Amino acid sequence: MNIQVKQAEVDQLLNTSVLTTTAEKYIGWGRKHSLWPLPFGTACCGIEFMSVVGPKYDLARFGAEAVRFSPRQSDLLIVAGTITEKMGPVLKLIYDQMLEPKWVLSMGACASSGGFYRAYHVMQGADKIIPVDVYVPGCPPTPEAVIDGILRIQEIIQQGRKRAPTPLK
Amino acid sequence: MSIQERYNNLSEDLNQKFSGTLKTSFSIRNDFVCEIEKENILKILEHLKAHHGFEFMMDLCAVDYLGRQKRFDVVYHLYAPSTKLRVRIKAQVGEHETIESAHKIWKAANWFEREAYDLFGVVFKNHPNLRKILTHSEFIGHPLRKDYDANHQQRATCVEPAWYEADENYKYDPDKNLVPINIGPSHPATHGTLRIMAELDGETIERANVEIGYLHRCFEKMAETHFYQQIIPYTDRLNYCSAPMNNVGFCKTVEKLLGVEVPPKAQAMRILLNELSRVIDHLVCIGTNAVDLGALTTFWYCFEQRERVYVLFEKLCGARLTVALTRIGGMTYDNPPGWEKECLETVLKIKKFVEELDSLLTENKIFINRMQNVGTISAQDAISYGFTGPCLRASGVNLDLRKAEPYYFYDQLDFDVPIGTSGDSYDRYLVRMEEMRQSLKICEQVLKNMPAGDYTIRDKSIVLPDKKDVWGNIEGLMNHFMLIIKGIRPPAGEIYDCTEAANGELGFYLVSDGGPRPYRLKVRPPCFAIYQAFPKMIEGEYIADAVATLGTLNVVAGELDR
Ligand code: SF4
Repeated sequence: MNIQVKQAEVDQLLNTSVLTTTAEKYIGWGRKHSLWPLPFGTACCGIEFMSVVGPKYDLARFGAEAVRFSPRQSDLLIVAGTITEKMGPVLKLIYDQMLEPKWVLSMGACASSGGFYRAYHVMQGADKIIPVDVYVPGCPPTPEAVIDGILRIQEIIQQGRKRAPTPLK
Repeated sequence: MSIQERYNNLSEDLNQKFSGTLKTSFSIRNDFVCEIEKENILKILEHLKAHHGFEFMMDLCAVDYLGRQKRFDVVYHLYAPSTKLRVRIKAQVGEHETIESAHKIWKAANWFEREAYDLFGVVFKNHPNLRKILTHSEFIGHPLRKDYDANHQQRATCVEPAWYEADENYKYDPDKNLVPINIGPSHPATHGTLRIMAELDGETIERANVEIGYLHRCFEKMAETHFYQQIIPYTDRLNYCSAPMNNVGFCKTVEKLLGVEVPPKAQAMRILLNELSRVIDHLVCIGTNAVDLGALTTFWYCFEQRERVYVLFEKLCGARLTVALTRIGGMTYDNPPGWEKECLETVLKIKKFVEELDSLLTENKIFINRMQNVGTISAQDAISYGFTGPCLRASGVNLDLRKAEPYYFYDQLDFDVPIGTSGDSYDRYLVRMEEMRQSLKICEQVLKNMPAGDYTIRDKSIVLPDKKDVWGNIEGLMNHFMLIIKGIRPPAGEIYDCTEAANGELGFYLVSDGGPRPYRLKVRPPCFAIYQAFPKMIEGEYIADAVATLGTLNVVAGELDR
């Protein structure tokens, strides 16, 4: 039996068709291409989000088109639109109902900071009550910007980066 | 009889019948205004409805005159479709006083009064259900009062509990095993932030109620704290599905108060933008409605057409959705070269598409079965609730402001107003389809006869100078500086003006004290009146049909909650 030869064959096999990685990276790679977003569209940004998933910008190209309106089935919360004080508890509830791992993308000026509504009934940013991973600026952001935001979420997932801390009550 | 004569008749009659109670009455810019004692409010309202044909209560709001002995004005806007008269009734109410509720005369009054109570703290006596409507239940104070700071937020700690309106006809039956159900405010079927609470007997809705205010963004308070020019972007976000229409409505109101008329080119552009917006607004309505019934493809098709119009908007101003295209005094820019030709091509493409959409839905058996005889509302109820726009016309009432009180060039254009017969969901759909065709027809006419000339007036106290003057000479620079720092200052006074928006009459009631900011700006949102009828429309129907009905009403939260 010639063990020497066999070793060479194994080496060659390893070089051409096997990839070593860590389990986390492998899972992250799978996750980032199968995001299930929950579009929490409350206002104008919600209409623009429809364009993002619509035929022209087609979010399906990035593996995130299967929108789910049930928090139990989704892992990416897209806050698209103004969050008012009345809506705040609802948003918090929905976020809490989502299963780990989960990420949050804040779409537009309103969801990020209250936008130009410095007003008595508008929460000055969704991050007052839930953690936000990526902020997309714009009023509304262009669909390209939203897609860019989703790519950044994918980066976070791939690299297994720590998430933003939960805001204090 | 001319309008003025009709006003004179009305005023004579009122003076005769209510001589003691009528404090003043005068007519200004076609607005007939009466100030009366609050004790007689119901009598005079009833009289106006019964004897002068004021079938519509378009709007009810309060105005806070801080420092006056009787602090609030309660303002009613009435409309008589037969004589085309509009009156504004005003009654003064002190801080700890009450005024009679008008809900028995017009059903529309219910929500409008709740709003005045919520935002100003005006108490309406005998109101069936006087509770907060827009702000959350833990909110303390009345935010539209002048002494409430615009930037004082109050955090809500819990989700609003479900509740139902007190109704003497409702009898609780313990044998019926009623199932409570809550839809929204975050639910795919509610498109935004609407919330429906219902009790089901099997699949049938026993009683229902809605909660609004989840998108109350304080438009009216923002308007009081910003300059007139700065309000235009806020108006975009009222009905964000058709932003240019709100721009036009607001600018037209301020222009009327200023007493200026925009040049023909600007008028034509405004008509064009209005009609394009009407088409894309109806497209969203029909598209999302079809999604609710399971036809996802239609939605993609509709959005493809919307994108076409977005491209046109983008070429005009750089924005797609929230465009802020008009300015007080005209348009923002002239059209870029070649834009009109491209617009015409797009219009023709959409025209073809409307026929495609028609072939997909109109004779589709499933679609018809889901839509016909569902969510019916009679003409009488629709009027009482203050319906306007396609939802009113589907019930068979021929009222379209473009025909009834034509503004701009509408009286010179050739178009028809489609009218429904039964007031069900299918009729509302059909009316919208036909309106799109008519709107495209208008677009074509306007594009083929686009007037030449300037796109804005050149009044230095209203319109900013061209950029080349701002950078190029000291006069332009000073002019720009003064207008930005001091703002446009319309004369003191008040005005109500309205346009036919995609959902119906979009009115603005503007009170000016001569300063650069409105003293009060009240929007009359068409959705507000329409959505109020929704619980009654779905009672006794299947829960699945409620979703279909909601889609045809096209309630846009931005406009509903402001
Ligand atoms: S960021 Fe702008 S477009 Fe988006 S919800 Fe807020 S106001 Fe509307």
